[in-house]
Amino acid sequence: MTTATWAAPAGAAPSPEPRTSIARRVRDVWAMTRRNLVHISREPTQLSDVTIQPVLFTALFVYIFGGGIPIPRGTYKDFVLAGMLALNLVTSTMGTGVGLSSDLHEGIIDRFRSLPMWRASVLVGRSLADLTTFFLCALIVGVTGLVVGWRPDAGLGAIVGGFALVLFFAYSLTWIAMCVGLNSKSPESAASIGFIVVFPLAFVSNAMIPTQHMPGWLQVVADWNPVSAVAAGARRLWGNPNPSATINAWPMQHPVLAAVAWSAFILVVAAPLAAWLFRRRTSE
Amino acid sequence: MIEVEGLAKRYGDTQALAGVDFSVSAGTLLGLLGPNGAGKTTAVRVLTTLAVPDSGRAMVAGIDVVRHPAQVRRRIGVAAQDATLDRLLTGRQNLVLVAELSGMGRQLARARATELLAQFELTDAADRVVNGYSGGMRRRLDVAASLMARPPVLFLDEPTTGLDPASRQRVWEAVRQLLAEGVTVLLTTQYLDEADALADRIVVIDRGRVVADGTPQDLKEASRGARLEVTLTAPSPDAVATVTPLVSGPVQVSDDGRRLGAGVDPVPGLATSIVRVLDRAGIAVDNVEVRQPSLDDVFFALTGGHLGDGIPNEAEHGRAAGHTMEGTRA
Repeated sequence: MTTATWAAPAGAAPSPEPRTSIARRVRDVWAMTRRNLVHISREPTQLSDVTIQPVLFTALFVYIFGGGIPIPRGTYKDFVLAGMLALNLVTSTMGTGVGLSSDLHEGIIDRFRSLPMWRASVLVGRSLADLTTFFLCALIVGVTGLVVGWRPDAGLGAIVGGFALVLFFAYSLTWIAMCVGLNSKSPESAASIGFIVVFPLAFVSNAMIPTQHMPGWLQVVADWNPVSAVAAGARRLWGNPNPSATINAWPMQHPVLAAVAWSAFILVVAAPLAAWLFRRRTSE
Repeated sequence: MIEVEGLAKRYGDTQALAGVDFSVSAGTLLGLLGPNGAGKTTAVRVLTTLAVPDSGRAMVAGIDVVRHPAQVRRRIGVAAQDATLDRLLTGRQNLVLVAELSGMGRQLARARATELLAQFELTDAADRVVNGYSGGMRRRLDVAASLMARPPVLFLDEPTTGLDPASRQRVWEAVRQLLAEGVTVLLTTQYLDEADALADRIVVIDRGRVVADGTPQDLKEASRGARLEVTLTAPSPDAVATVTPLVSGPVQVSDDGRRLGAGVDPVPGLATSIVRVLDRAGIAVDNVEVRQPSLDDVFFALTGGHLGDGIPNEAEHGRAAGHTMEGTRA
């Protein structure tokens, strides 16, 4: 612990590098999370992808496609809301990589590196700050859905569970986004690479349209796409129409389990990878 | 408190450090002096655990920077050359963030921030976003940030570059106060007067090597004697031979042949003698100057006089130049 004295702990015998204590890590993460939340509050236009975009997308899809896409045993608006939640959150995640890439181009990263802090708090703090914006996004999608006529048919616990399922998946994707940001030369390239990753992920899925009408090979891809499992899982938990339930692929038969497994898998792979990339990127 | 032995570091094709040795005693200030690209920033980056040296050893507060970087970080404060601040936070938020990430409690951090903001006359701007700060305010805030955790060892990389004279004085005062409190400081600078004013010891580095190491007094004495400069009305082939008996060492001639320079022993009446011998040889003289060496002369002599205009180039402080900042000079 730092005490307010100039007395130099000089000549202290170098003992082996102590591991940063858990309490210290939590405090570093909290400090970094707050810092990133201040950033968000300073540039609220950056929030448009979790505020305005969800309203626009949800209204557009319900009113433009709603009439043209028949959903067995239900309405399009009840079907599409889980997909809208997944679409909006998935496309928002790449902002995490862009923000991290910006940090790496600022002198502040040298400041962080010269402080006795837990290095990974740069990454964890950012992911948690962005997660709070995802909660805002989920709230806006939910409210917009209720306004346009979406009605869940389940208990409160299951409804919350559906939201949590999608949020957990989005959180895991922020770590892929950070890997992209750590591999990009500039925030701009992080944004364009992120777009290339996210766009097919979001669209080649059952989020907006049942996969039964896709060409055979594409349907296989879509049914194994984690986004499909997430959307189908939320539909099941919310008691909304879920046409994928009739598809034989394992993730479509067990969408909730598949969504949790995908998210956990992504997190377990991407988080250590991001930490490793961060160390590599910041060593010289 | 700081010990550096045979430190070498290469960035791509540039040998930023080519075997540097120096040491800084506890409670003193070492001025690391050198032109742009000399290796000053690289030395600081190694000592502050930001860069790993290719070879050599560096100890800070008795701790090896390569083996135990985390322990070194607990004992140092750094004000880097390109301000390492968060542009979207206020000045106060920056200081509190740095303190918290140094392990300081929130209350203590806030109190310390208020104290340092006042010391660096940033109180009025404390709750404004750093993006709107002037260059001088940013540098002052950066120095303040390096002091938040009261580190026993402080690294200031060109802390006054780009500062107006008043801000510069404020930083100098703060540094003197820290020295009085027993802090050990390594300060890099391109300003000789800064090193002369603050340093207990000066190490001059050039192209990754130490070219001089001593007290400011030692360095001035190293080039004892005065400097003679003569400007002729027109170039003359006989001028060098005419002046040579009166000077010590070789006579340098400018490209246009009109200016002669040489080291001299400053005996009384020297200028008169010079004019007299040249006049006798039929050479007309426009100007004769005999002056005492300044630290600048020492510096120019030691670094081969390739400091350029001596004015720090702002463009070289950009973050983009970061890793290659040192050593990119032609």
